[in-house]
Amino acid sequence: MSVEQHGTKTGTTGTAHAHGELAHEGHDHGHHELPFWKKYIFSVDHKVIGIQYAVTALLFLFFGFSLMMMMRWQLAYPGRAMPLFGKLFSENVMPGGVMAPEFYNQLGAMHGTIMVFLGVVPLAVGGFGNFVMPLQIGAPDMAFPRLNLLSYWVFVPGGIIMLASFLMPGGAAQSGWTSYPPLAVIASSGQTAWLFGMVCLITSSLLGSINFIVTIVQMRAKGLTFWRLPFFVHAQLVTSFLLLLAFPPLEAAGILQLMDRLAGTSFFMPTGLVVSGEALKIAGGGSPLLWQHLFWFLAHPEVYVLILPAIGIVAEVLANNTRKPLWGYRLLVYSVIFLGFMSFVVWAHHMFMTGMGTTMSTFFQTTTMIISVPSVIVLTCFLMSLYGGNIRFNTPMLFATAFLPMFAIGGLTGLPLGLTASDIYLHDTFYVIGHFHYVVAPGTLFALFAGIYYWYPKATGRQMNSMLGKIHFWWSFVSINFVFMPMFFQGMAGLSRRLYDPTVYAHGRGVQPLNVVISWAAWSLGLAQIPFIINFFISLKNGARVAENPWNATTLEWSAPSPPGHGNFLTEPIVYREPYEYSVPGAAQDFSPQFVAEA
Amino acid sequence: MSETVIPYMVKPHPVTGIPNGKFAIWLFLASEVMLFGALFSSYVLLRAGAPHWPPEGGLSSDILNVPLATINTMVLITSSITMVLAWASCKLNDLGKFRLWMAATIALSFVFLIIKYFEYSHKFELGHYPSHDNFYAIYFTLTGLHGVHIIGGIIVNTFLLTIGTRMWKTDPEHFTNRVENAGLYWHFVDLVWIFLFPSLYLL
Repeated sequence: MSVEQHGTKTGTTGTAHAHGELAHEGHDHGHHELPFWKKYIFSVDHKVIGIQYAVTALLFLFFGFSLMMMMRWQLAYPGRAMPLFGKLFSENVMPGGVMAPEFYNQLGAMHGTIMVFLGVVPLAVGGFGNFVMPLQIGAPDMAFPRLNLLSYWVFVPGGIIMLASFLMPGGAAQSGWTSYPPLAVIASSGQTAWLFGMVCLITSSLLGSINFIVTIVQMRAKGLTFWRLPFFVHAQLVTSFLLLLAFPPLEAAGILQLMDRLAGTSFFMPTGLVVSGEALKIAGGGSPLLWQHLFWFLAHPEVYVLILPAIGIVAEVLANNTRKPLWGYRLLVYSVIFLGFMSFVVWAHHMFMTGMGTTMSTFFQTTTMIISVPSVIVLTCFLMSLYGGNIRFNTPMLFATAFLPMFAIGGLTGLPLGLTASDIYLHDTFYVIGHFHYVVAPGTLFALFAGIYYWYPKATGRQMNSMLGKIHFWWSFVSINFVFMPMFFQGMAGLSRRLYDPTVYAHGRGVQPLNVVISWAAWSLGLAQIPFIINFFISLKNGARVAENPWNATTLEWSAPSPPGHGNFLTEPIVYREPYEYSVPGAAQDFSPQFVAEA
Repeated sequence: MSETVIPYMVKPHPVTGIPNGKFAIWLFLASEVMLFGALFSSYVLLRAGAPHWPPEGGLSSDILNVPLATINTMVLITSSITMVLAWASCKLNDLGKFRLWMAATIALSFVFLIIKYFEYSHKFELGHYPSHDNFYAIYFTLTGLHGVHIIGGIIVNTFLLTIGTRMWKTDPEHFTNRVENAGLYWHFVDLVWIFLFPSLYLL
């Protein structure tokens, strides 16, 4: 089938290709073979950089998850020595195998930081964005390949600084991923490393986002108008604008906090601050709230940086596996643009408890309610897309469909947090943890898994094993709900997050059995990733070989060889129609690709 | 090196009307606006929350050296003009003039930094470090970050004046675009100072 489609186009190229299963081998522009380090380590090819990002991010996700699995021991069995692993750590952090409170705080802060800035964003934007987006718009590479290389190699030292901070005197940052002053300013030197690490990561995403926007706007293939772009590309475009405009204020905040820590200024330090019974020798006059405003001005758009690429991936997988056009494609595009815009004016709903005043709270409560509307539109469009579809339940589709209820639970449980009255009770409880993890873990991460299973054949030329994929899905799906669902009940019982010992208050003891359930579910979730890891590596060698378009999909990346060679496409791609023309009445087959002239 | 041909690196895109590099520099400047915007907002917030500004009493113009800063403002504005002339010389196919104006731009940037050095060292002699109070903290952080941007501009412009000029022989249009992009950045750095000068020294 794909050979036929290509037959119409290869006629225009001068070189004769032996098309078929391994079309890329015949793809040769006459350039010499690059040395190993240029091809795989300091490559300027967007596909290699995308895979580098994805693999690095998966490693960081696993590391960040491991930190949390250690914390779960302390939460389930407070004060008890950790079996097996407890002995591996020094007496400073695990005296007698029992986790020290300072170490618990480090694990908490670094879990959040690593998962958000080194795991999900690099995978969703750096990985999928880099690999898929240029292919979907029919570009030979990113607009600035060397800038792309640079953004990855600025990201890596950022990650290394973060990891290395565990080895510093006093350990890693321990003021939470939000790094609220004044605690963060007086914290040990790990916090300085955190700030320098963040500066690297911010620079990296800045370079990346500029590259993405220029590529999407300037380098689309012939015929690929704005309304013919796959939804994933729209999602990446909005995401890039968020990264471009929201990260610099955090960089500013980081610079100010570095000044506070290193030059002794008082940007975030109020007058008359007393620490451990002693007045600090600082000028004072600063505002701790200022940090929170600057931080959340980034960190709320950051939430949409986490979710938008995921929505984009789900849209691709849904349209492909329901075999019908995405319902409300334009509505979806308008929704994500509106989401992107609104995400800049909701940040202070994280700060209802700071005493910033009722006028401010009312404003941000209102904008928060408004931003829930486009999110609901997105979900509704996805549900309508399922309706009447001829659904294929392959592994990517399982993850993509699971995304819908999970994201819905995450989103709807956010409403009580966005209303000032109910937030007073729920603020900083386990309810909040349950809420945003439903959005990011079974939401975004499931979508990212869907993306890995979906585009793996494009990246490697081989299919992943579907049996292992299904085990991975069902095991993860059940475990992850046992992890996060009980947190809502704990939160409603009033259990605070960030408690080293959840049984320290009487109201926490009643819901302590749930902590045991959650911890075992979390460890089970960890084990559930083993089939994925095995599948990921085994399929590299043993997966079934695929042609260009194994999923019978319609978007441009499926016209390139699997894996695409240098320069991506064998002939200059031309786009003839909208992205999701599935089951067109009267067409010979149930999909009409964008890149084929006659359906 | 990639042998992939990236379109619109030199010629403008038919729809957007600009080449990739110029688009990228505008996006970069947008993010810079957000960076300095956040810092200016912090300044406004801290100043509005202080019982008196500067906290130690008096006026900003008594503490900071207004004449020197006025000279520096003139220096930077002049350097913006020489930058435009450097770009215009490229457009007029006159590499010699380009070299002259670009060298003048770089020289003026150094003049700015030297004057800034005298301002800073005078403050340090009086024992006024960033930790003195929030007025000095803001002053040193904002002008320091601006100074870093000046240094960045010097590096880029020096590159264009020396090694970068090789491109003139092979691809003069691309080279001219690069000069224009460096110029856009330079005008932005200038503009930041135009905001910094009154808000720190005069108000």
